[in-house]
Amino acid sequence: MYQFNYERPKTLADAEALLGKADDPKILAGGQTLIPTLKQRLAMPSDVIDIGGIGELDFIRAEGDAVMIGAATRHATVAQSADVKKHNPALAALAGSIGDPAVRHMGTLGGSIANNDPAADYPAACLGLDAKIHTTRRLIEADEFFKGMFETALQDGEIVKEVTFPHPEKAAYMKFPNPASRYAMVGVFVSRGPWGVRVAVTGAGQNGVFRIAEMEEALAKNWSPDAVANIKVPATGLNSDLHGTAEYRAHLVTVMAKRAVAAAG
Amino acid sequence: MPVVSMTVNGKSASADVEARTLLVQFIREQLGLTGTHVGCDTSQCGACVVHVDGRAVKSCTMLAAQADGADIVTIEGLAKNGELHPVQAAFREHHGLQCGFCTPGMIMTAVDMIRRKPDLDEETVREELEGNICRCTGYHNIVKAILAASREMR
Amino acid sequence: MSDAASGEGIGQPVRRKEDFRFITGNGHYTDDINRPRQTWAYFLRSPHAHARIKSIDTSAAEAAPGVVAIFTGRHVADDGLGGLICGWTVTSKDGTPMKVGPHPILALDTVRYVGDHVAMVVAETLADARAAAEMIDVDYDALPAAASLSACQNAAAPQVHPEAPRNTCFEWELGNKAETEAAFAKAGRIVKLDLKNNRLIPNAMEPRAALGEFDKGTGIYTLHTTSQNPHVARLVLSAFVGVAPEHKLRVIAPDVGGGFGSKIFIYAEETACVWAAAKVGRPIKWTADRSEAFLSDAHGRDHLSHAELALDKDGKFLALRVKTVANLGAYLSTFSASVPTYLYGTLLSGQYDIPAVYVEVDGVYTHTAPVDAYRGAGRPEATYLVERIVETAARETGIDPAELRRRNYIRTFPHQTPVIMNYDTGDYEASLAAAMEAIDYKGFPARKSEAAKRGKLRGIGFSSYIEACGIAPSAAVGSLGAGVGLWESAEVRVNPTGNVEVLTGSHSHGQGHETTFAQLVASRLGVPLANVEIVHGDTDKVQFGMGTYGSRSGAVGMSAIVKALDKIEAKAKKIAAHLMEAAVEDIVFENGTFTVQGTDKSLAWAELSLAAYTAHGFPSGEIEPGLKEGAFYDPVNFTFPSGCHICEVEIDPDTGVTKIEKFVAVDDFGTVINPMIVEGQVHGGIAQGVGQALLEHGIYDAESGQLITGSYMDYCMPRADDLPSFDLGFTTTICPSNPLGMKGCGEAGAIASPPAIINAVTDALGIRDIEMPATPARVWTALQSATPRAAAE
Repeated sequence: MYQFNYERPKTLADAEALLGKADDPKILAGGQTLIPTLKQRLAMPSDVIDIGGIGELDFIRAEGDAVMIGAATRHATVAQSADVKKHNPALAALAGSIGDPAVRHMGTLGGSIANNDPAADYPAACLGLDAKIHTTRRLIEADEFFKGMFETALQDGEIVKEVTFPHPEKAAYMKFPNPASRYAMVGVFVSRGPWGVRVAVTGAGQNGVFRIAEMEEALAKNWSPDAVANIKVPATGLNSDLHGTAEYRAHLVTVMAKRAVAAAG
Repeated sequence: MPVVSMTVNGKSASADVEARTLLVQFIREQLGLTGTHVGCDTSQCGACVVHVDGRAVKSCTMLAAQADGADIVTIEGLAKNGELHPVQAAFREHHGLQCGFCTPGMIMTAVDMIRRKPDLDEETVREELEGNICRCTGYHNIVKAILAASREMR
Repeated sequence: MSDAASGEGIGQPVRRKEDFRFITGNGHYTDDINRPRQTWAYFLRSPHAHARIKSIDTSAAEAAPGVVAIFTGRHVADDGLGGLICGWTVTSKDGTPMKVGPHPILALDTVRYVGDHVAMVVAETLADARAAAEMIDVDYDALPAAASLSACQNAAAPQVHPEAPRNTCFEWELGNKAETEAAFAKAGRIVKLDLKNNRLIPNAMEPRAALGEFDKGTGIYTLHTTSQNPHVARLVLSAFVGVAPEHKLRVIAPDVGGGFGSKIFIYAEETACVWAAAKVGRPIKWTADRSEAFLSDAHGRDHLSHAELALDKDGKFLALRVKTVANLGAYLSTFSASVPTYLYGTLLSGQYDIPAVYVEVDGVYTHTAPVDAYRGAGRPEATYLVERIVETAARETGIDPAELRRRNYIRTFPHQTPVIMNYDTGDYEASLAAAMEAIDYKGFPARKSEAAKRGKLRGIGFSSYIEACGIAPSAAVGSLGAGVGLWESAEVRVNPTGNVEVLTGSHSHGQGHETTFAQLVASRLGVPLANVEIVHGDTDKVQFGMGTYGSRSGAVGMSAIVKALDKIEAKAKKIAAHLMEAAVEDIVFENGTFTVQGTDKSLAWAELSLAAYTAHGFPSGEIEPGLKEGAFYDPVNFTFPSGCHICEVEIDPDTGVTKIEKFVAVDDFGTVINPMIVEGQVHGGIAQGVGQALLEHGIYDAESGQLITGSYMDYCMPRADDLPSFDLGFTTTICPSNPLGMKGCGEAGAIASPPAIINAVTDALGIRDIEMPATPARVWTALQSATPRAAAE
């Protein structure tokens, strides 16, 4: 790791102020992606602002027809939350499938979506559940938030505060993990709710998480695994590497979508 | 340089360290507790697992500064009053280790696993070990040891 | 015997003595050791697979904070150090010795693989060393690389070493060519198969490490390092590299976190650390991070083979001929030439009575990391080839795979194969029958059709393997090109209070020698296990030894202990005879007590031990004081562990995921000292086999020579949820070639299991072959082009 200044503010306001002052800061939430990146000397921030100690970012609240989750809430906390399990079991299961148990004890919702790793799980949940992302500056719709590989709508100094997940009627997430890294090689989140039907895919796309309109339309007409079983996803724009071709990933998207619908019931 | 203070195996520890110091470096180099190991650089092998405020974390993927004020338990702190923790005893009884290098992380992960899931079955143990890699044992006896310890601790 | 009754003797599943320190965090691995005034080394490595070094400018780096010294190949050469060596010379079929390119500690003017060593930075901290390394300015002239095994012998391929035209190090042959050709000419059927044996990257969980020191007062160098054979390391560093004379160099291999072959070899890093410690006058520590381990540990396997099996009309094997191209990487590592030759070709007869076998192996250089012995070393490659082609023959002849094997098993011993080996004993039918029973072979068709109803493809595969362990009779290996003898040493020291220290030249890095060796000694001397200490891994304590690899420590290392114990007993009886005023011939030693036959006179072990050292009234000249004996044991033959592994898999045709439903291993290891430890060795080996068959693959980009699978993000390590629990069984034929009747168990799982798994996968898919690893993507792709039979069945 290169040298950096480290700050651990106690409030969001302090964090914003520190971000404003620093030359080239990085926000540290759980650190499960940032620290490996720093260790490999792939990033050289002037300042690391650790928001892991900001109490106001660590909460889960079920209110009305949604669950609000603070950005610094750990994956393990989401996975075990009685509120999340009750209103949005697919989200709890997704959180419980991220990384491994030790990673889930540190990794956070905000860190995951702000990083927008194309193989991360949470972006599929956000997009697949029509989530609202609240930042220190504004509210961003999930559809507007994820901009491409490791890119989001966040501006410099803008911090994710919470994500609002509306309750789905039915939802499930099916992941085909990369055999080596265990990140999502293809992860499909399907849901039905007030927003209609959503099918969001992570892991497969070169530009990160995306939706599949054809599957959403088919499921809106007929919510059953058969409705998506024969929908072929084009391989164009999908990743191709030693773990599988774009064609294989395209095929897996259909299989995982089918299984997700079956699991959602 | 930040001053970090924490409790490690029941004793308070404090030092001036560079901000970039990892928790595992603090434990191994500052405190000389070399039972916690480093086996990879991509947060996957789990040889470095310790407990931070009662939860298993990878100490190679956490800054020492992030653990400021925390209560840390390492493999050296698991046995109490000279008596092995049931998980340690089970690893020996069921031959859950060979070269011993992944063992501290395996044991710390297993203790955390049993705390969270007292009713373990084989499939769950195997899933829960996703973040711990062993090259010697084929996991067969590690799984057996964890299941035995979880029964013992019920 | 009382020791057996107390649960500590031979054959008992004694809990391991070494475990306490490991489960409490009190092990001492190399990286755990630190010295006052210690510095840290970081190696600047080549980013190119092949490049000319035009210049290296270290001036900015030398001025960087904390830098103590920077060394390049020029410093090493100016100091007159030799390069790293290969300790085995293979001779080509034209009679010429293998063609060896120089292997410098630090590159001089050319780098030959990504990760090759360019400079060593020594600094106050690792972070300082690493930061300074980034400031070294190396002017490379990047050159095209020969990174592809299949293309490296082409005339147009870039050359790795000018000494080896067409990148060919040797063209070796073994067997009887004329008889083989004649047998093929009259064969009723010829089965052909092209096979790849995928490259593996070792990944012992403890990365390699070194701590070099120099004592200015005595001129003695000390090297702590992650070695499976510290004495061999000292010999090479002294006699060939020239770091220091042997008596001025101490090598210590403390607790070592797994080796699997990769820590046999003498590498550049530890050599540079111990050499430079004298230059900087301070201890130098180096520990690989995992990324460095991927780049620079010697890799394993990596063969391309064409095999042909000739059968008569009844399915009797007539001949086998094989052509293999084996990747050696960019430089010859310590034993690399022996692996695809004498550890491979000699096992191609398998468990079968094949009248004629002929194998040709080209050992070739590529611009990739060196390839050497890894977890089975040559024998997994041989077994994979034999068991894949036998299974293929079964399918093509329509003979049941078990039946075809039975028709061809060797049934009388000793059996001389056409490829050097003389099998001493075995009962292949017994392990096959036990394995078939354990997996319920008869019930397989029902399980297959039940799986089909669930949309799953079920398959079953056999592997009847044999390996040659107990490496090895020194005269035999010497005649085949080894630069060393492969005996083992032991010294038994009985202390005046009766407890015992045993010094062994074997090295334990997970195998449990501290327990099994102690079981042997405790059992023989009738002392409690707790009173026996096994000492290993330090050239200052143990005089010499050959180390641990090739499943040799039981058959060879323990045999040396037996020999030393024989001498101890003889001497002790002499003392007992003197003390009890009896004839030596009348002394009986049993359960730790000496008695005079036909009398009630007796002497306890502890009394005798003390008397050996008080030496009061020993007849001068007849009995020397003390009780300490040493022995060297040179085996008379290899040992031949064998067995049968059967694997049953289920494939999800939607995703291509293969799940191992059942894995049965029935092994014949001869005498087993500690069944708990032996089972553990088999478990680990099978997991490696599953890794090779389904998960692991070291891949270099064929054009650029970059390592694509350079971390756990892309190199797929077997994890707990990739594996089932294994069902083990044992059949026993006692090895006649060593005093304990042991054969060896350390590599059996890794050797036997890959063909069983691939035979099961290809059976499930209804296809002839699939390349290892049979990843979900490969299986799915195979299904897309397979005949509908596979999916519809």
